[in-house]
Amino acid sequence: MEEENKKGIQEVLDEYPKEQRHALAILQSVQKEYGFISPNSLMAISQYLETPISELFSIATFYKALSLTKKGKIVIKVCDGTACHIRGSAQILEECKRALQINEGETTPDGLFSIEVVNCVGSCAMAPVVICGEEYHGNVQIGQAAEIIDQAKGGVGNHE
Amino acid sequence: MSKEILVCCGTGCIAKGSQSVVEEFQKKLSDGKDIKITPYVKKVGCNGFCENGPIVTILPDHITYYKVAPKDVEEIIGNLGDTPVERLLYQDDKGNRVRSREENPFYAPQYKIALRNTGLIDPGNIEEYIKAGGYTGLKNALQTSPEQVIRQVEKSGIRGRGGGGFSTGRKWRSCYEASADRKYMLCNGDEGDPGAFMDRSIMEGDPHSVVEGLIIGAYAIGASQGYLYIRDEYELALRHVQRAIEDARKKGYLGKNILGSGFAFDCEIVRGGGAFVCGESSALMASIEGKVGEPRVKYIRSVVKGLFDQPTVLNNVETLANIPYILTHGGEVFAKMGTEGSKGTKVFSLVGKVNRTGLVEVPMGITLRELVFQIGGGIPGNKAFKAVQTGGPSGGCIPESLLDLPIDFDTLKEKGSMMGSGGVIVMDETTCMVDLARYYIKFLSEESCGKCTPCREGLRHMLDILTRICEGKGELEDLDLLEELAITATKASLCELGRTAANPVLSTLHYFRGEYEAHIINKRCPAGACRELIRFTILEEDCKSCGICAKHCPVSAITGELKKPYTIHQDICIRCGNCKVKCPFGAIYVE
Repeated sequence: MEEENKKGIQEVLDEYPKEQRHALAILQSVQKEYGFISPNSLMAISQYLETPISELFSIATFYKALSLTKKGKIVIKVCDGTACHIRGSAQILEECKRALQINEGETTPDGLFSIEVVNCVGSCAMAPVVICGEEYHGNVQIGQAAEIIDQAKGGVGNHE
Repeated sequence: MSKEILVCCGTGCIAKGSQSVVEEFQKKLSDGKDIKITPYVKKVGCNGFCENGPIVTILPDHITYYKVAPKDVEEIIGNLGDTPVERLLYQDDKGNRVRSREENPFYAPQYKIALRNTGLIDPGNIEEYIKAGGYTGLKNALQTSPEQVIRQVEKSGIRGRGGGGFSTGRKWRSCYEASADRKYMLCNGDEGDPGAFMDRSIMEGDPHSVVEGLIIGAYAIGASQGYLYIRDEYELALRHVQRAIEDARKKGYLGKNILGSGFAFDCEIVRGGGAFVCGESSALMASIEGKVGEPRVKYIRSVVKGLFDQPTVLNNVETLANIPYILTHGGEVFAKMGTEGSKGTKVFSLVGKVNRTGLVEVPMGITLRELVFQIGGGIPGNKAFKAVQTGGPSGGCIPESLLDLPIDFDTLKEKGSMMGSGGVIVMDETTCMVDLARYYIKFLSEESCGKCTPCREGLRHMLDILTRICEGKGELEDLDLLEELAITATKASLCELGRTAANPVLSTLHYFRGEYEAHIINKRCPAGACRELIRFTILEEDCKSCGICAKHCPVSAITGELKKPYTIHQDICIRCGNCKVKCPFGAIYVE
C-alpha cells in the first residue's frame, strides 16, 4: 500500500540517544510507524541499544500499547472503562464484532480493520465511547456502532 | 467594547465538533464588517461538562452556551451585544434557561483550585497563564528556602490526589532530608483508573500549573532533573505539556539558572506504555528507566532510593496543579477548606448513570448526596439509585444507606472504598453488582504484572468464580472461597495495587450479598444485566405489530405478522438488546 512512505528503522532509531531508558519510547515509535513490532525491528533495536533481545521482547509483550502482530489499517477501539461498561459497552462490542465478523484482538482478512477493547480513554462523560481510527464517537447507542463501521468502510474504499 | 469568545477544545468537545465551531467563529468574525465590537476567539481547555459540549463562553458577560454547532455561530455573533441566544443556554431542573455558570446547578456548588484556569485560558499561551497569576508561586518559592517551601506545603495539609492520599509535605521532607548528589522529581500523568479523567483535563487545559508545581517540588527537595510520565493515549495532553515545557524554558522558568536564583532544573516527558500497574510508584520508575514496569518491594522507600536508585518524589498531576496555588496564597488558605484530615478541594469525575456527568471540583467533605443529586441532577429515566463506586479498580462500592457520608480520604477508606484518583461512578438499579465486581477483577487480572502469586493467581481464580456466578453456575460455597482469595490477595500481595485489588469484591459482598445470592440460588440477575440469566420478551398487550424489532434483530430471532403480537425465539436470541432500544412502544422487557 503505502509501505514506501514509511521511515526506515534506522531513521526511527536515530531520533533517540543510545540509552536503555529510551527502549520503551523507541518501541512506541516503531509501533506507530509500522503498526506492529517485527522480529527484524526488535533485532535492530537490540543492536542499537546493546540490550539483549529477550529484554526488549519482555517489554514489547508487557505494555499494552505494543503489539507483535500487525494491526488493521483502521483500529476500532471499544472503550470498556467503568463508565462505558455500565452504559452498555458490552453490547456495542458485540455489534462491532458482528459487523466485521471478527473477534476482539483480531484483524479482518483484508487487513483493513482490527477491533480492540481498551480500558478507559478518559472520555467518561460521553460514555459509551468508540474510537474509529482517530475519531472519537461518544454516547454511542445500540445500532450506531455498525453505522460508524460502515462509514469507515466507505472512507477506506474512497482512498484506494 | 471587546469581547472574548471561549470555545472549549478539550477532548470531549473536540469529539463533538468544537474545532469546526472555532473555524466558523474565525471565518464569521473576519468577514463580519458590521460588527463594531472586537471579539476574540480563544481555544480553551476542558470545561468539565463534556456531555453538553461543545461549550462556548462569552466574556465579560459570562454567558455560557452548550451544544453549539457551527450553524449557531452566526446567531451568537449577532447577539453578542444584547440578549443571549436563549435556546443555547442551559436549562436547569426547573426548566429555566440560565445565562451564567453561577446559575447552572452543575457549576454553582463547585470551587476550583486545581482547575482554576482550565477552561478559561489558552493552554498553548504561557502569557495567559502568567496573567492569571501563574509562576507567582514559583517566584515566591525561590525567594525563600526549600525548607520554608516544604513548611508551606505541610501547613496546607494537602494529601496526594493520585490514590494513596499520603501527605505531600511529609513526602517532600523525607526526600529533602535524604542526602544524594542527584535527586529526581516526577509527575504521574499515567491516569489509568477507568472512569477518571481529571489529570487528562488538567494537562490539556492548564499544563503550566503542573509544570510549575513540578519545578517548585524540585526546588523543595533539591532535584535537578524531572520526568512527566504521561499516557501515550493522551495525545492532546502530551502536546500541550510539551509546549508548556518549551515555553517555560524560553522564559527562564526551567534551565540552568531559574529566574536568576542559581537553582537548576529541567524536565522531559516520558510516554507511558499503557500498563495500569505503572501508576504504582516503583513500577512507574522502572518504566522510566526503560524496563518492564514491575513494582519492587519497598523496604526502602522511593524518597530514599527511587529512580536510578536516587531519592525521588513522585506526585500526581492534580497534586502538582494545587502546589502553585499553595505557594501563591499560603498553606493556611488552602487548609481552610475541606475536613479535619483532608484539606482543600478534590476533582471528581462524576460519570455513569447520572443526569449531569463531567468533572467537578468541590471542597473535601461534600456528601455523596450533594454530589450525585445536586450537582449530578440525579438518576436518568426515573430509575432508582443503587450505589456509587469510588477509587477505580482499587476502590469499592458505597450503597444508598451511606449517601450522606461526607467524603474525604478517611471516611471512604473506613467504608471499604477509597478516594483513589477521584472517579465517582454512579449506578442505578439496572447495574448488576456481581457483574461490576467481575468487570473490575477482569480488568485487574489483565493488568496484573504477574510478579507475585496472590495477585496473579488470586485474581484469576476470583474472575473464574465471578464469571461462574454471573452465568448462573455458581454455588453458595463460592462466596466463602471468593472471600478467602480476596483476603489473601489483600494481605500478601507485593504492591499496593495487589493489596487493594480485592476491594471491589469485598465491598460488593459486604453491601450487596443478596445480589450474589440471587444469582446463585434463584439463578436470577435482579438488575437484568447478566446476559446468561435474562431473557427478552414482548408484552403482547403493548405490541403494535410494527415489526421494527424484527427489522433490527441481527440474528432474525423475532417473527410475527400484521395485527398480531410479535414473538422472540429464545433459542436464537443473543440478548443484544437491540429490539428493546428500538421498540417505540416500550413493549419489550427484560426478565
